Order: sequence, then structure tokens, then C-alpha cells
Amino acid sequence: MGKFDLLKHELVPQFRIMTKEEVEQLRKDLGVRKEDLPWMLKSDPVSKAIGAKPGDVVEIIRKSPVAGKSVAYRYVVPG
Amino acid sequence: MSFYELIKSIKSIKFGVLSPEEIRKMSVVNIVTADTYDEDGIPIEAGLMDRRLGTIEPGQKCQTCGNRVGQCPGHFGHIELARPVVHPGFAKLVYNLLKSTCWNCGRILLTKEEVEKYALLMERYQRKWPQLRLRLAERVIRRASKNTECPHCGEAQYKLKFEKPTTYYEEHKEGTVKLAPNEIRSRLERITDSDVKLMGLDPRIARPEWMVLTVLPVPPSAVRPSITLESGIRSEDDLTHKLVDIIRINERLKDNVDAGAPQLIIEDLWELLQYHVTTYFDNETSGIPPARHRSGRPLRTLAQRLKGKEGRFRSNLSGKRVDFSARTVISPDPIISINEVGVPIDVAKLLTIPERINPYNMDQVKRLIENGPDVHPGANYIIRPDGRRIDLRFPKDRKSIADAVEIGYIVERHLKDGDIVLFNRQPSLHRMSIMAHKVRVLPYKTFRLNLCVCPPYNADFDGDEMNLHVPQSEEARAEAGVLMLVQEQILSPRYGGPIMGGIQDYISGAYMLTRKGTLLTREEASQLLARAGYTGELPPPEISEPKELWTGKQLASLFFPKGFNYSLKSNVCLKCQTCKKEECENDAYVVIRDGKLIKGVIDKKSIGAGQPESVLHRLIKDYGTDAGRDYIDRAFKLFLAYIDSRGLTIGLDDEELPAEAKKKVLEVIRQAEAKVSELIDIYNQGLLERLAGRTLEETLETKIMQELEEARELAGEIASQYLKDSNTALLMARTGARGSLMNLAHMVACVGQQSVRGERIMRGYMNRTLPHFKQGDLGAEAHGFVYSSYKDKLNPIEFFFHAMGGREGLVDTAVRTSQSGYMQRRLINALQDVRVEYDLTVRGTDGLIIQFKYGEDGVDPAKSDHGKAVNVEKIIERVVKAGGS
Repeated sequence: MGKFDLLKHELVPQFRIMTKEEVEQLRKDLGVRKEDLPWMLKSDPVSKAIGAKPGDVVEIIRKSPVAGKSVAYRYVVPG
Repeated sequence: MSFYELIKSIKSIKFGVLSPEEIRKMSVVNIVTADTYDEDGIPIEAGLMDRRLGTIEPGQKCQTCGNRVGQCPGHFGHIELARPVVHPGFAKLVYNLLKSTCWNCGRILLTKEEVEKYALLMERYQRKWPQLRLRLAERVIRRASKNTECPHCGEAQYKLKFEKPTTYYEEHKEGTVKLAPNEIRSRLERITDSDVKLMGLDPRIARPEWMVLTVLPVPPSAVRPSITLESGIRSEDDLTHKLVDIIRINERLKDNVDAGAPQLIIEDLWELLQYHVTTYFDNETSGIPPARHRSGRPLRTLAQRLKGKEGRFRSNLSGKRVDFSARTVISPDPIISINEVGVPIDVAKLLTIPERINPYNMDQVKRLIENGPDVHPGANYIIRPDGRRIDLRFPKDRKSIADAVEIGYIVERHLKDGDIVLFNRQPSLHRMSIMAHKVRVLPYKTFRLNLCVCPPYNADFDGDEMNLHVPQSEEARAEAGVLMLVQEQILSPRYGGPIMGGIQDYISGAYMLTRKGTLLTREEASQLLARAGYTGELPPPEISEPKELWTGKQLASLFFPKGFNYSLKSNVCLKCQTCKKEECENDAYVVIRDGKLIKGVIDKKSIGAGQPESVLHRLIKDYGTDAGRDYIDRAFKLFLAYIDSRGLTIGLDDEELPAEAKKKVLEVIRQAEAKVSELIDIYNQGLLERLAGRTLEETLETKIMQELEEARELAGEIASQYLKDSNTALLMARTGARGSLMNLAHMVACVGQQSVRGERIMRGYMNRTLPHFKQGDLGAEAHGFVYSSYKDKLNPIEFFFHAMGGREGLVDTAVRTSQSGYMQRRLINALQDVRVEYDLTVRGTDGLIIQFKYGEDGVDPAKSDHGKAVNVEKIIERVVKAGGS
């Protein structure tokens, strides 16, 4: 069986690990600590696929029926 | 030192487990007697009502703290248990602790390296992600309990079994052995503090062995007061009863142990003690019978006091009671504004608003004081600047009191017209369930409300009661008036559209007024407009020869703002393939141009409650809530005035069908019946084609049901064709005022298939529904098809089937309300402090982010067009229309 790339699946949105500067900017914009963002586990299949480590912030861009495109962020935690 | 320096703020709360030492330390008496009072009614020393546990009789000094009733906080006692018992609340945790530690050496069943690794992780998590600590602890326990050999002492581990609520078994080779609580306790004692930490507990405040009780705290007598009945018989609290049981068994166990009784007897008593302690904590523990009162009623022990709707939390702590509120039956009043509420004069005299006297209101307020509490615009109390209250009920000479008041005094005056109050109907399912209204003091004893606010409250007048609250501060009134006033709530966030609007007669009236052929004389037109409160000029009549006549459309146009343009399809629209728009011969295409109703009839689609993209919706969005409120208040009165003057009634002859139509209906049904028996024949011959995913029987059932459903629809269509246009029931169904064409078909043509659980009726006797049928009869009649119409009468068999279907409907409604109520409760509990911040993020408490942009698009549904931020089509239409024509 060929290796399945979950990031290519239609229902999986775009994921990207943010750079330090981007995270800092985001943190300032929202006025929160990184820990106050919604979490995702390091053991999440997507974290594994994009190689996210605890402490990283992941940007998710998904298609939205109401807004066309919506952006969300996840803070990676161990587990 | 200022007051604020003395105030401590709570930074965090930590919960732990009471240690036996602590229990003894806070105890004032060791209770050994399973009794309360002696014959003389004196509390027995070292009994459950010992005086040292706190005073309950007034006037008595507490033997422990010397305070009297109100001051004495009550004091705990304790019971020394003869043998330890497991605390039922920690039983699961104890199981986890036992299975992840060695029975022999008490160390956690992990290798040194693992322990170090987890300890490090635990410390890191503690600093960075404290929320993850318990997850890690779970993982540690899961890993440790997998080990079958202790890595520290090499001892083989037995498999542990936990039997709810409080029993543990160990599976040895020789058979299973029950673990006695004292054995459990000594194992827990051996667990080291560092291992305890790994498993997620703080050993300083929650040592594992404290979860096996050796001492039981006895709550102060104030917690479980005994009551003296009128007959002089004392009745003890359920908790006291339970404690009596515990002490009695405990003493017996102690005696037996001291006397060296056989192990078997001791074990029996021990188990009984465990049972009593378990039920003392929670008398609804699964797996054991609840302890009962002598009368057979289950006892209400500690857990029951806290749990559920009648428990301490929901009933006493979250349950709030308020002053300045009133409740009574509601009734309709189409005259008052939607912003108003009719308040009975008796209520207005009881509810007050504090008003501070200033130079400008001095004279009025003095008059109010003179009027006193019994005359309507009066006052009940005066509050002087020093805080003293003057009750106006008693003094005879209120005149002199009125003269004596000065600026700065506060007068609690009666509710009067224009005051802002909150009006509420339970269940308060959405924000429109509590709205601010302006008071209108009226005679009689019911709250009056405009019919257009029935939909948001979901109110009707079959005995509904509603609550009214009077905000007491200027800020509260201002806030209520600006944010919660009825007119501000017309556009609902539930669906981008007005939730308030015309219902029932408003719609019938609007339709009859605006349809073609409604012509009114000068006198009639003036009369109607006067009732609607119209004060302007009459427009030039549509017809001037031979007599001046006005159309209903002309009158309805008077209430639209100048320059208002809109067009839509009305409810009477037949949904033709190609819409002829302005040329519609049914007058179903509504055109409003420059505030004039040019074409079309006003009905549910234009002014109905809960109709998005209606005339009403556009009006409010473009001209504001004031204009919207004004339109509802005035134009709607016109519609009512018209229906009042004309009358609208339905009677038996509205359900009459001509003989020709009856014949046709009968024919349709007969054909359907023939088709059904044909289907059954095919089925019996085994020639029926199976549908995908269904058995042969199911296929037959669906086909029969389809056939019968079609027949009913056809019958209904025939019926509606033959009904006269003057038929008022038909009018109401078409305009959307009330009822549907289906209801009408039920009445005049054929009631159709009755169903239970979405199937034709299948229950009853063996292979048949009623003894009137042959066994195995699959025909329509035998399974609940009602041939008759309501008007024709149902025969007894049909009636019976109809009752079955009807009953199911009723039961469903009851079940649905309770289920959706519970769902609502849980949703609200989960979402209650989530809010949209100014940056459009959705956040919970302490700023944790739930959505990065509200609803992903940041659109307020109440300000949207049926959920969409903009309705491009309508805007284009508007621009084109305004510029082009």
C-alpha cells in the first residue's frame, strides 16, 4: 500500500508551523499567552505529519461556507 | 488602615482529603452513644445531639464556644470506627492507586528510569501546562498497572478486581481473595510521597491512606436539626438516623472484636458498617439498595442534599429570589404599543421606584406623598438621607410629611406610565424571553401585552402567567431601555429577520384589506384610519365616479415611509414556472414604490412574524427600529380595524363539498384501495420487486404507504379546487394566517393514514390490529387508513386508529420538551460566559480563545439578511429600480 498523505486529503485544511516572529505578532494582536490559544496534541496525526513540537503554534487555513476562508491557530502541547 | 486593605482576594482554592488527625483535632466530642435525647428530652452526653456540637435552642449558650444560637457556628464531633472502611467517594481512586503500586514494597510499578522520566515531565508540566498534569497522571497509572512484576522488589503482582461500590478482590492462584479495608489501608500507607505525586495527588493534603476512613466526622447538630412536631413527638433528621445506624453497628463491632468473636461474625458486621458509611455519603450509590426510613422512604443523605434540582447548589446557591417583581395572568391588548405592558393598578401600587427629590420634581413628589400608598399615583416610603425609612401606610397626616421633605430625600413612588420594567415568560430560552417594556397602568388584574410580542415570548392567553421586574437604579433602567426595549429586539439573532410581526387575524385582515376589490367609502376609510391613529389627509380617491371610493391598498400605503421601495412574492403565490411579476393575475406579486402599495396583497410573507426578507424586515433595517415599531403599532391596527368591521368566521358550511367533488374524492380513494390490493396480490404471488436495502415486507409497506399518501394528497387537491373562494378557512390557509391546506383536506376530504412510530398501525392482536379484521390482512382499512373526513364523521375503527396516532403525538411532545429542556440547560451551562470581544474573537473566561473570528465571518446574525452579511440581489434590485424607473 502506498503511503497515505493526510495533508493532501480534501477534508484536511492547510496547516503551517508559524515562525517565532509570526507567533510573537499573533500573541501581541490577540493579547494572550500562547497557552491561551486552543491546543492540539503533539500526538495528533497532523502534528506528526508537519513535525510540530510542543510550544509551536500552528496556523490552520480552512475553507468556510460563510467566510470563504478562515484562519485559526493551535498551540501544540505534549501528549 | 483602609477597608480595602483588609479585603483579601482569593487567588486559588485547593481541595484535599481530611486526615484522621485533622478530624480528631476539629472534633469536640467522641460520639459513642447511638441515641439523641433521654426521656426528659435532655441531649445525651456523647450522643448524637450532644450539647457541645453547638446550640440549636434559642437562648442557650454553646458549651463549646459560649456563643448563642446565631453566633455559634456549630462544632464537629467524631466517631472512632472499630475497623477502617473505604470512603465510597474515593473508591475508584483507591483502586487505581492499588493496582499501580506493589502490594509488597509499596513502590510504584515503574522502573527507576521511568520514575525519573515521569517525575521530570511532571515538574515541567506543573510549570508550563498545569492543565496537563492530570492527563500525565492518568498515563502513569495506566503504564504502572500494566506491570506484573515489581521492578523494585521483584515480587509478582496479583490481578486486582474492583467491584462497585467498595469491594476489591485479588486473584491468587488458589482463588480470589477479598481485600479487607485495613489491608488496603496499610498498602496505601506504604506508598511513598514521591510516588503519590507521580499519580497526580499532593501528598501534603491528600495522603492515599486517608481515603480509607478510621475516623468519621460527625456534623454539628445545626446541620441536621431535629424537629418537634405539634404532638410533642421528636423527629430526627435523616442524617442523624444514618449516624445512629453507623454508631450502633460500630459499637457492636467493637464489642465483638473485644470479646474475640469468630472472624465470620466480625466480617459480617464490618461489611454492614461499610454499607452504612457508604449510604451515609450517598444513598443512591449504584449496586446497593438504598437505606430506607421506617416508612419505606429512602433516606436523604449527604450526596442527596447537594445533588440535582432540589439540591443545595441549584436550589439554594444558584436559585435567587427577588424583590420588586410581580406575576399574574396575561391577556391581549391590541391597542397598546408593542413597547408597552399593561400593569394592573393593584400591582402598580405595590411596586415602587426610588426617586430622589430635587428642585424640579419637588412639587410632583409632594403630591405623590400626599396621595400615599392607597391612591394610585402615590408613594409607599420615604427614605431620609440618614437612611431612616418613613412608612406612609400609618401616619394620618401625610400633608405635613409631604411639606417636611427636602431635597436629597428619596421617595419610593408607585409605578407610573412610561416607567421601564422587564417582562419575562418562562422558559427563558432566548434573549427575547426577557424584554424591557414601558408601563401602562390599567384597570383589572392581568398584565396586558400587544399581540405582536407573543412570538418572542411564545405566549398565548390560555392561562399563561408572566413575571415583571422593576429595575431600581437609573443605570439599570437606562440599560434596559436602550438594549432590551421590545423594539430593539424585533430583529432576532435566531434567524436574520423580524421575530415579531403579524399573526393570525393581522394577516387575514391585511390580506382582505389589500386584495383586489376592497373598496371603501369616505366614511368607512375615515373610520378605519381613525382607529389606526392616522391623522394626515385622505389621499385622493381611486374612484371618484359615481361615488368616491378608496381601495384598501391606498389605506395600507399610508403607513409606509416616503421613498420606500420593495417587492416580493406573497404567500398566496402559486409558485408558477415563470413568474409574471407585476402582471400576476393572483395579485401575488407585491410591489411597493415610493411608499405606495402598487401591486399585490399584504400577507404573511410581508408582515408575518418570523419572516425574513419581508416588507417588515426591510422597513426596520432601512428606517430603524423606531419606524418599525411605529409601523407595527399603527398599520397593524388598521388591519385589525378592517377585519373587525368586516368579520371573519368559519362554520360548518365552509367544510361542505359539492356532490360532484365528493364523488371525485371517493373515486380517488377507491382507486388507491384497488392499487393497494393489487400490490398485496403481487406480494402474495411472490412477484414483488424488492427495493434496495429493504426486505420484501418493508418494500410492500413503503409502496402501500406511498400509494395511500398520494391518495390523500389528491383528495385534498380536489377538495381545495371545489372550495369557494369566499371560503374563509381557505383564505386563512392561503395567506398563512392559520392552518394549512392539509388541515383543510383533513376536514373536508379524507383524514388519511394514521401512523405509530412512522409506520402504519401494526400493533394490537395476533397478526391483526383489531378483531374486526382477518389475521394477516394487509389492506388499508385494517392498518389505520381513515377514509372519512372529520366533517363526515369517523367510524369507530377509524376513531380508534386516529386516537392511537394522536396519543403518540402527545407523548412525543412531552418527551421532546423534557429532552430539549435538558439539552438547553447543558448548552447554556457550557456557554454562559463565552462572549464576543471587541476584536471579534470569541473568548471564554480568563481570555482563552474559542473562535478567532465570531462565526468565522464576524457577522451579527441579527443584523444580517437571513444569516448572510449582505443580500446582493436585493441591493441590485433596489438600485436598478430606484435609478431605472
